[in-house]
Amino acid sequence: MMKRAPLIWGTKNYADITNDICELLEKVPGWKYFAGLLGAKTLFLVYILAQGVIVAYGMGMMGISHPVMWGTDIITFVFWIGIGHAGTLISAILYLFRQKWRTSIARTAEAMTVFAVMVAGTFPVLHVGRPWLAYWLLPYPNQRGPLWVNFRSPLLWDVFAVSTYATVSAVFWFIGMVPDLATIRDRATTVWRRRIYGALSLGWRGTARDWSHYEIVYMLLAGLSTPLVLSVHSIVSFDFAVSSLPGWHTTIFPPYFVAGAIFSGFGMVVTLMTMVRILVPKFKDYITLDHMEAMNKIIMATGLMVGYAYGSEFFIAWYSGSPYEGFVFMNRAFGPYWWAYWIMVSCNVFIPQLFWFKAARRSIPVMFVISIFVNIGMWFERFVIVVTSLHRDFLPSNWGMWHPTIWDLGAIAGSFGMFLFLFLIYIRVLPAISIAEVKPVLEVGREGGNHDKH
Amino acid sequence: MTNTKKATCHGSCSTPGVAGIWLDEHVLVEAAKKVRSAGFKKTEAISPFPIHGIDEALGISRSMIPWVTFIFGLLGFSFGLWFTWWTSSVDWPVRISGKPMWSIPAFVPIMFECTILFGALSSVGALLFLTRMPRLNPPIIDPDLTSHKFALFIPEDDVQFDGAKIEQLFKQLGAVEVKRVEF
Repeated sequence: MMKRAPLIWGTKNYADITNDICELLEKVPGWKYFAGLLGAKTLFLVYILAQGVIVAYGMGMMGISHPVMWGTDIITFVFWIGIGHAGTLISAILYLFRQKWRTSIARTAEAMTVFAVMVAGTFPVLHVGRPWLAYWLLPYPNQRGPLWVNFRSPLLWDVFAVSTYATVSAVFWFIGMVPDLATIRDRATTVWRRRIYGALSLGWRGTARDWSHYEIVYMLLAGLSTPLVLSVHSIVSFDFAVSSLPGWHTTIFPPYFVAGAIFSGFGMVVTLMTMVRILVPKFKDYITLDHMEAMNKIIMATGLMVGYAYGSEFFIAWYSGSPYEGFVFMNRAFGPYWWAYWIMVSCNVFIPQLFWFKAARRSIPVMFVISIFVNIGMWFERFVIVVTSLHRDFLPSNWGMWHPTIWDLGAIAGSFGMFLFLFLIYIRVLPAISIAEVKPVLEVGREGGNHDKH
Repeated sequence: MTNTKKATCHGSCSTPGVAGIWLDEHVLVEAAKKVRSAGFKKTEAISPFPIHGIDEALGISRSMIPWVTFIFGLLGFSFGLWFTWWTSSVDWPVRISGKPMWSIPAFVPIMFECTILFGALSSVGALLFLTRMPRLNPPIIDPDLTSHKFALFIPEDDVQFDGAKIEQLFKQLGAVEVKRVEF
């Protein structure tokens, strides 16, 4: 008979799990944590400076100019929204599929979703040029008629999709944390700690009736998040696909974007999890090499899907017989932005093939490096889609190049600072592994169960 | 302590009764079955994580929250349909890219997102309502009940409540600790 591998390593009982996970919240972490926090905070300040300059002096500080009027903001927005998708895949879709290995990474993956969407959300708001008027995107009764928003525009669908996604993800994340916050409340040794976590835990009591309602709501939120996450990147892809520009106007975009989003998101999950394992050595028993290997398999599978989409786009460009479509794709691979295209293909299709080897799938340094390549490759994928389609359209007199400024680069690099800063604060103040969800899977793969130990 | 708590909760938020504490959830489920067959109706099981089989042991019926989700999901869908129709073809119609004023296919994403948003938020609202949250100062029988211990609690307003007998019963069923508490 096939034996299931244990999900949690080592010999632990329930109290050990509580202690292990709460330790990070209750003790001052080591110098590595503070070094990371200092670096992330500095990079976050770069972000605030870059975006502050852009807001103060105007969009002219960025590289966008005719004919490439969508630059850093749109590329990086799509990048970060895509990152968020793996979090929802882990927390919701793998939950519906009863994949028990997800329990110890779901919380942090969902946190990654919330922070990635927060970072992503800043970009379109700043892209509108006058962010203090960004609320005009919402359909509220106003004194201009009321003049309503254009519900036929994909950009407005995006407002609805991203704001719904942000709300539902944050609620799902928070509701999942409520029983664990009650655990921290009950362990609190100081009054204020008790009060703060007590308020955050909403007064959770953990009765069987509460759990019965709670588990149903958790499943409902997972069930609602699943079509939601697929809709969000589909709608992001409509921003491009609904236009009539060669290179954007393709029906393959929604599934292609969703696969790419999950691919890039898993890349980011692996990057973060390797970092968490270094910062908190105790978590190595919870976020085990088996978990990392499973995620690397998903990276390889979705990387192949993305590679299939790249090939399919080229095939259809030729098969459709449209000269404009054909030109755009030849221009992508061999035009002035050939380097961006081949960075994208190398990072997303070629490099993840290393995961065919078990040794590579189970080596932390190898997977960390590959996950960084995936992050780079997926940023360039959005660069290729946005910039190479815009820079040479139907009329050669209309051609041009995109030259990012130092403020563009500051905004791109700084957004990682904002993301990592939020993430590092999160693992210090909130339970980074679901305490209540890990305990029921403790016995998976163990000989003779776990009863006699306590 | 009892008086002040009662005063702030107007006597309704916690009830005195007997609690027993177990260290193994499987023993607790067996104990819950025996307690139920002894005739108690208002028994509560308190655990740090959902226990398999406790709902059947205590006779807890399936939550009705999915109906809330369904009804509010439908409401959200209808709201999306109505709102896009009213704004785009009644209140201020603007002809855009030659589409009809009421161009339903273009409004599908809005209707979809409203369905999800209403469904999700209403489910959470129903959860908070049914579990009586948020609550600032909930009664706590033992702080380890959110970590590694499990409890059964029988309130004094349950049928045939007899504190001494229940204490005896809990001990027989393997409770490591039995105490009179408010919950």
